[in-house]
Amino acid sequence: MIHSFKFQNRNVLLDVESGAIHTVDDAAFAVVFALERGLDPYAAGVDAGTVSEVLADLEELKSSGAFETETPTAPEILGGSAIKSMCLHVAHDCNLRCRYCFAATGDFHGERMLMSFETGKRALDFLMERSGTRQHLEVDLFGGEPLMNWDVCKQLVAYGRELEKKFNKIIHFTITTNCVALDDEKIDFINREMHNVVISLDGRKEIHDALRPTVNGKGSFDIILNSAKKLVAGRGDKEYYIRGTFTRENLDFLEDVKALTGFGFDQISIEPAVLPDDSPYSLLPEHIERINAEYDALADYYIEARKSHDMWFNFFHFMFDPDGGPCLRKRINGCGAGTEYVAVTPEGDIYPCHQFVGMQDYKLGTLDKPALRTDLQEAFLGCNVCTKDTCKSCWAKYYCSGGCMANAVLYGGALETPHEISCQLMQKRIECAIGIYLSEQ
Amino acid sequence: MKHIETVQKPCIKAGKNTACGECQASCQSACKTSCTVANQKCAKEEK
Repeated sequence: MIHSFKFQNRNVLLDVESGAIHTVDDAAFAVVFALERGLDPYAAGVDAGTVSEVLADLEELKSSGAFETETPTAPEILGGSAIKSMCLHVAHDCNLRCRYCFAATGDFHGERMLMSFETGKRALDFLMERSGTRQHLEVDLFGGEPLMNWDVCKQLVAYGRELEKKFNKIIHFTITTNCVALDDEKIDFINREMHNVVISLDGRKEIHDALRPTVNGKGSFDIILNSAKKLVAGRGDKEYYIRGTFTRENLDFLEDVKALTGFGFDQISIEPAVLPDDSPYSLLPEHIERINAEYDALADYYIEARKSHDMWFNFFHFMFDPDGGPCLRKRINGCGAGTEYVAVTPEGDIYPCHQFVGMQDYKLGTLDKPALRTDLQEAFLGCNVCTKDTCKSCWAKYYCSGGCMANAVLYGGALETPHEISCQLMQKRIECAIGIYLSEQ
Repeated sequence: MKHIETVQKPCIKAGKNTACGECQASCQSACKTSCTVANQKCAKEEK
């Protein structure tokens, strides 16, 4: 399978199954375009002699294994299936009331409550028991807002450090926070203990305040900006991301990226909101063209900004390193929800991931009875880019790895049916990422 | 070749000596919604 696209002034060919990338002149682009659609290349508006030259070039590429290559066979994972990553819902409560919150403003459509240390401890014990031979484990302190249960967060990190020694594991703790309750003590602890921090901040003050109000309905931007800056300033070489969301209210989200870089942040992720169609903030098919144009504008801005030391920044979805990227098995199986990755609620219920929390049909088990539902696990494991019809024929499959399974269930209709708008936006971002990669070579 | 320049050689293949599962779960990195692996590192090669 070949995917051909234009990025800025380049004609790009991606050989999907091998990952080879070629840039071609206009004549070759027209010939490949015709071939991919089963049309006569000699009727592609290119003179016959040039068409013959292009066809000869393509034959040479084929013989070198870099064009129209066969689908590879996925390797089995070494060491069998094990859980390596846990989203720990330390708080099903939040001090913000974000308009687009997937978690129903923190309670996940249930009771507002905090996780006890005892439950968190059992969750970490469960992770140790189920992690098999994996050495690197991940625990994200998540909510709602995890800082609302700060003492338990600290206790759990301390307990995790004990477990690391006992089981010879390395736990990468991360935290996803809105920064409202951040103070110097928390900043010091987070910067000492957290491998990564995901900070929720949408960009421009007016956008952030409109979509991320406090419980009292006031904007949260002024409360958090300085704390977020202070937290990031103390990170040193440790990872962080400013994680914003865009909705139909800010389809001009490049302005939010510019705002974030203007505040001094250089690790940025702005995500499209995924919501029911009838939400006033949802992204709909009629928004796609506008969003794609915005990604193009962001890519142009990104390339120019990164030429300057002072302006350099990293955009999560434009990161692309073909040689240093993940192995084929990872590309095929994706997020690992329900198999390698689970979420644990304050009550001790276990779900395939944080997005599934509250969906009773997808409850895997509980910490009390940690024999997980193998039927569900098998369904998740069997749902990958090699088995899903939509993914099998998609050129972006090895870069998106099948998309978010929860969004597939909620908005695509079934585990096997990816959310179409998310697919379209993913494809656009990957085209931009490849184009940016080529520009920076 | 006259009309084509190969910028990236084949890089997706079963033979890559990994499948160890030591890498980060993709949803844990920064997004928590848009699963993607294009931007992830192989943990084995990172060491």
